[in-house]
Amino acid sequence: MLKSILGGFVMLWECVRMSLSNIAGNRMRSFLTVLGILIGVSAVIALITTVSGVSGSLSSSFSSMGAGTLSVNVTGSDLKSGMTAEDFDELRALEIVDGITPKVSLNARVSRGGDYDTGISVSGRNAYYFQMNPDAIERGRTLSFIDEDNSSYVCWINAEMVETFFFGVDPVGEQLYISGVPFLVAGILSDEQGESIAELMSGGADIVIPYTTALKMNNESVVTSFTVYLSGGADSEAAADEIEAAMDAMFSFEDDCFTVTTMSGIEDTMEEMLGMMTALLAGIASIALVVGGIGIMNMMLTTVTERTVEIGLKKALGALPWQIQAQFLIESFLLSMIGGIAGVALGLILSFAMCRVLGTDFALSMGAIALGTGFSAAVGIIFGWVPARKASKLNPIDALRSI
Amino acid sequence: MSTFFRMRGICKSYFVGGEDTPVLKDIDLDLEPGEYLSVLGPSGSGKSTLMNIIGCLDVPSSGEYVLLDQEVEEMDEIGLAHVRSHEIGFIFQNSQLLPRLSARKNVELPLIYAGMTPKQRKRRAAEMLERVGLAERMDYLPTQLSGGQQQRVAIARALAGNPSILLADEPTGALDQKTGRQVMALFKELNDEGRTIVMITHDMNIAKNARRVVHIIDGELTEGGGVGDA
Repeated sequence: MLKSILGGFVMLWECVRMSLSNIAGNRMRSFLTVLGILIGVSAVIALITTVSGVSGSLSSSFSSMGAGTLSVNVTGSDLKSGMTAEDFDELRALEIVDGITPKVSLNARVSRGGDYDTGISVSGRNAYYFQMNPDAIERGRTLSFIDEDNSSYVCWINAEMVETFFFGVDPVGEQLYISGVPFLVAGILSDEQGESIAELMSGGADIVIPYTTALKMNNESVVTSFTVYLSGGADSEAAADEIEAAMDAMFSFEDDCFTVTTMSGIEDTMEEMLGMMTALLAGIASIALVVGGIGIMNMMLTTVTERTVEIGLKKALGALPWQIQAQFLIESFLLSMIGGIAGVALGLILSFAMCRVLGTDFALSMGAIALGTGFSAAVGIIFGWVPARKASKLNPIDALRSI
Repeated sequence: MSTFFRMRGICKSYFVGGEDTPVLKDIDLDLEPGEYLSVLGPSGSGKSTLMNIIGCLDVPSSGEYVLLDQEVEEMDEIGLAHVRSHEIGFIFQNSQLLPRLSARKNVELPLIYAGMTPKQRKRRAAEMLERVGLAERMDYLPTQLSGGQQQRVAIARALAGNPSILLADEPTGALDQKTGRQVMALFKELNDEGRTIVMITHDMNIAKNARRVVHIIDGELTEGGGVGDA
């Protein structure tokens, strides 16, 4: 028993040696055959590694930015078209809520002296906005409850506005016309203000004014979009449920009056999209693998035909069918693996270069390497099976007759 | 074991061009251990088919073939491979060496399938090449050897597995007269050592070397008497 197992190993080793010498003996043909597998595997590896690098850095920035906030959009019902200050008070009373800031957006024509600019995005906020984003103000005072209550005409402008309208002048305390209404510049917004992913996605504002003032300028009385800041440690999904419940009551339990978006929900959606894209691209790349496999099969069939005499001879010398089959199977397996390993190497080099260009972190994905080598091994065996079977079934007489 | 093999009523026909073409017709042939038999016949007489059946490479269409007390018809492919590996040594017309392997590697080939370890194989192959007088050319490739030397490598390969019988198909067909004579001398030596030999040839002068000659013409066998005994 032990002897026959040992004999089997010796036999397999002989097969490997014969296969390698055959592959080396047909260097050009082997190289061209292997090329298909090489391209397929390197494409799959490069895609997977690059996308996982991108999604890794995306999700890490997500979790650093959007933790602890929810954004709510209100479409309203016939009875109630949006949120009032009383509604906000009610929500703020919830234990999980740390603060709420409405977002009233308008597009305005902004002017000062002879300079003007149109299409400036103005965002109406409340005092909580600057409390929650202390880094948002670079200079000047913050928005106070008094500004909010009085709908005062004060504004905070970003660096771009400063550059456009206050070249060489200190803007704080100066006047700026927003949609023809004079505002007093109370402070400068820092570049940090758009740091929250929710801000980024809704587009950072150029100018911030009290939301009450913004409502007045829009001729509106209710707020349709706001951000909820959650108390530390609150679970955003549970908080979303609680806020939804409270708002359902406000909107008399009518359906589809509002949507609550959590950051983790956005993150999940993004990751799902990235995952789908990866799968799609990898699917396309794996077509190359199948084509490569067919190339290997073609070469192996040619090899079997060319080596008919050798097969017949070996059978006459006492080779068992499985030994013949093993030899050809090992040859196609080795061919495919050579392509697979070279493909993994090339794929990693490519994805390293891609990550450098995209500025994302390069992470060696063991899964992708295992996938690449595993796939090429499978291709070698699957597409080598038929030719190897054909060889093992050859009748030694027919094989020798072609002498 | 009285007889080496026994053939009774062996027929073989091939299906060619839509009809059965008989190649061997009702052949009876017995072989004793240690015999040196030559099958003499023109090309197309069916002598190669007969050799393939003796060597278990082919099976008869009908008839009884008992090799070393075993009914060949009842053996499966693994059994046949075992017989080919351990009992039969083939020598083909054009020596049929694998061009990419050295002389020694070629001789080792049947030993791989017989399950020998690399060490044993190496020693055995060296012994066999020494036996046929090629000790100095062990690591030569077949293309670096002359026709006679190639055929001697093939003989070494056939002997390597220590088979009970050597089956040679036109062993001198591709050789000039002088090297042909050398090969025949080697065969005689091997037979004198007690090895059973069956040689297929179309050449009367070559067939004469055997102790017993049978003629085969159009698939029919006739005993030719002990030509070589003289």
